Amino acid sequence: MTVQKFDIVVLGGGPGGYVAAIRAAQLGYKTAVIERENLGGICLNWGCIPTKALLRSAEVFHNMKHAADYGLLAKDLGFELDKVVKRSRGIAAQLSGGVAHLMKKNKITVIEGEGKLVKPGLLSVSKDGKKIADVEATDIILATGARARELPHLKADGDKIWTYRHALVPNVMPKKLLVIGSGAIGIEFASFYNELGADVTVVEMMDHVLPVEDEEISAFALKSFKAQGLKIITSASVTKLDKKKDIVVCTVEDNKGKAQTIEVDRVILAVGITGNVENIGLEENGIKVDRGHIIADEWGHTGVKGVHAIGDLTGPPWLAHKASHEGVIVIEKIARDKGHKEIKDLHPIDKGNIPGCTYCRPQVASVGMTEKTAKDKGHKVRVGRFPFMANGKAIALGEAEGLVKTVFDAKTGELLGAHMVGAEVTEMIQGYTVARTLETTEAELMHTVFPHPTLSEMMHESVLDAYGKALHF
Amino acid sequence: MAIEIFMPALSPTMESGTLANWLVKEGDTVESGTILAEIETDKATMEYESIDDGVVGKIIVADGTENVAVGTLIALLLEEGEDASAMDDISSGGMASVEINTEASPAAAPAPVAPAHVAPTTISPTGDRVFSSPLARRIAAQKDINIADVSGTGPRGRVIKRDVESYTPREVIRTATFQLHSDAPFEEIKLSNMRKTIAKRLTESKQTVPHFYLGVDIELDNLLAARKELNGMSDDYKISVNDFIIRACALALKKVPAANVQFGGDVMRHYSRSDVSVAVAIPGGLVTPVIRGAEQKGLRQISDETKELAKKARDGKLMPEDYAGGTFSISNLGMMGIKQFQAVINPPQAAILAVGSGEQRVVINNGEMKPATVMSVNLACDHRAIDGAVGAEFLGAIKTYLEHPSTMLL
Ligand SMILES: Cc1cc2nc3c(=O)[nH]c(=O)nc-3n(C[C@H](O)[C@H](O)[C@H](O)COP(=O)(O)OP(=O)(O)OC[C@H]3O[C@@H](n4cnc5c(N)ncnc54)[C@H](O)[C@@H]3O)c2cc1C
Repeated sequence: MTVQKFDIVVLGGGPGGYVAAIRAAQLGYKTAVIERENLGGICLNWGCIPTKALLRSAEVFHNMKHAADYGLLAKDLGFELDKVVKRSRGIAAQLSGGVAHLMKKNKITVIEGEGKLVKPGLLSVSKDGKKIADVEATDIILATGARARELPHLKADGDKIWTYRHALVPNVMPKKLLVIGSGAIGIEFASFYNELGADVTVVEMMDHVLPVEDEEISAFALKSFKAQGLKIITSASVTKLDKKKDIVVCTVEDNKGKAQTIEVDRVILAVGITGNVENIGLEENGIKVDRGHIIADEWGHTGVKGVHAIGDLTGPPWLAHKASHEGVIVIEKIARDKGHKEIKDLHPIDKGNIPGCTYCRPQVASVGMTEKTAKDKGHKVRVGRFPFMANGKAIALGEAEGLVKTVFDAKTGELLGAHMVGAEVTEMIQGYTVARTLETTEAELMHTVFPHPTLSEMMHESVLDAYGKALHF
Repeated sequence: MAIEIFMPALSPTMESGTLANWLVKEGDTVESGTILAEIETDKATMEYESIDDGVVGKIIVADGTENVAVGTLIALLLEEGEDASAMDDISSGGMASVEINTEASPAAAPAPVAPAHVAPTTISPTGDRVFSSPLARRIAAQKDINIADVSGTGPRGRVIKRDVESYTPREVIRTATFQLHSDAPFEEIKLSNMRKTIAKRLTESKQTVPHFYLGVDIELDNLLAARKELNGMSDDYKISVNDFIIRACALALKKVPAANVQFGGDVMRHYSRSDVSVAVAIPGGLVTPVIRGAEQKGLRQISDETKELAKKARDGKLMPEDYAGGTFSISNLGMMGIKQFQAVINPPQAAILAVGSGEQRVVINNGEMKPATVMSVNLACDHRAIDGAVGAEFLGAIKTYLEHPSTMLL
């Protein structure tokens, strides 16, 4: 067996890993990616993309059900779940193929197999339990991602109890569904199956749904979910799943210890994410792991020479764009340390400026601090709000439900945070993200001309409202 | 309307420069890539390329004008089909900021106090553009900080919120008034930008950096033998003693990382790479090109890079990335027969090595006298950043590498 030598090797071909590899190749390094399953990682194959494909089907179905509102006729409505899923899988496969093409274009070697760090500078790769290659590299990037967290009393069986992997390729259309956890993943599946007609209950441990979001936005979303027929139980946890022949009996306890049981035919576990830290040689090489995630510094360095880690493997926020951005930074830092001339302007990722999006109906998107966090941190705040029902485009679209909220520091005019709920807000949040990254104040936002008629006008109005100057409400 | 050509910022810190030479004249046709002019900054002379196509309509700032602020309108370019009338709407407003600071008007006018609700503009009172975020400017105005005094850490050196929040005003060094006096006849020569920078930086260094000095003698016979052997093997390169010194210092900075630091007020910065600045004398002053990551480079590469940078320096062609940001400096006057001297630290660096000439001396070893080639070096350290023991350890490491050059292979 020959030893393959590279400058940089990336373990894991998800959005963290494959982007890191592309950047490394661009900078002239001989680069390889080791991937055991599919290029594109969770994001393209089992995460961001296939869920958005499913949710799009749900959205179109929703619009069909409301065709009459638009003066249209739609009769004999229905859906074929297998075709909905087939479309989602097709899109995932198409994009994974696209990543393979990008690897080829950038002359990156893709090694298919399970990789493991032997020692700094050396990885071994095996396939079906047999060793197939030794791979040497001056710098190694660990990007093995994460998977659904399970708990001793909450374990998936792939039949009646699902993780997102099973929920993406359902063996049956659930009639009654329990979703445990109301973070982005849980709520997106709840929204999807609810739209297709399942009777869905969501259990959340915290006191509000989408717990990382601003409380006011969360409350707004909750009202809308309930109006759509979703049942939501907050401040409660599922303590037991009792599998019977055709059903699962779920025990739900509130925070005072009062229990109730719910009978469903399917359960989705969405209680969090845990890093893929096992069997990749971490302990042996002194790489520190804390609660399922590698500890790395702001540049992705693990403290062990030549070994770096990025993406879901290094902890929250578990988002593809965070993984990719870290992938670029880790490579540019390595290059800068080697004296690469091209790297002059390098900055670690500012976690306060990573937007978060949830693609349920209505969509939720945010960046920066919630109103509560801002106040807890001692800011005196000015808050602006603008409702979708006062926006011409929203009304024309038939999407008059939503809210754009902005939080400013009263003294300096810093945009501390922006929070939105409503149609297409995930496409708009980058406007506020650019504003935060450039450190604009309310003044520049007010001076900006927003096109009419668009939903984005609400972003302007919300800023104006924070200073008592909203024009259309 | 004609295309306006402004004084470029050729480096992130450049505030103004001298328009040394126009290489085009009115009526010349230029295209994207044509060199329009040579601009002299405090460090180098650089060529300024056109990014547009057109005909030079008017040269507004003449050859040899000093202190032209970045952003000043210096010329107008007519686009295809335009005639001189295209220049009518352009006010010569830019010219007003071509301000030659003479002794007669030492201080810039005080900045108007901006009312709180007016966002201060990016233009500082001296007319130099400071790249800064709106939020940074707002906070600076609220705290009465002149944004131009704050050094930026954002993208491309932009001043951002964090910089203003962590800014502590430094004692402003007053420009001393000089009373020159002697009966001898004299000629007065204007200072070049480089001379001004040297004067400013080194005055600041001696006034604000607490220097201490450590000296040591280094025997060079092993090194000279190694050098002779290496140079005898090929005509493709010629390694100098100085190349050995650069490599030895770079490795010593790695070995004693506590010496590869910069003092930052309330933080200390520890560098993980040895970027060695090498002082190069050029007509009218000196510059310090940087060998980056010198600890990862072999003698051959160090030698090649040093030669290339020294040539660029002498030709006035150094680019900012060639000389900015070393972590340690070497000044070698050995080739000029200087036995030993002490150097002034080049801030924000924390140490500089002054190298004397190698000469035959008698050394006594175990009671025996023997001839040896000995070189005296002196290390100046910023005591805020480096203490005596660390300095001694660092200098000891340099000595060991130079006296036993084979250890540099380890
Ligand atoms: C249902 C769902 C929906 C999501 N929706 C969104 C969304 O809308 N927006 C968003 O930003 N994020 C979303 N995410 C999160 C997003 O998918 C992750 O943040 C992202 O994939 C992390 O990228 P990564 O490169 O760190 O890891 P991963 O994408 O997990 O990639 C890791 C790769 O490493 C491989 N690997 C692991 N171990 C080894 C080994 N030993 N040898 C070889 N290969 C190995 C794996 O096979 C995998 O391909 C979603 C996640 C889920 C589960």
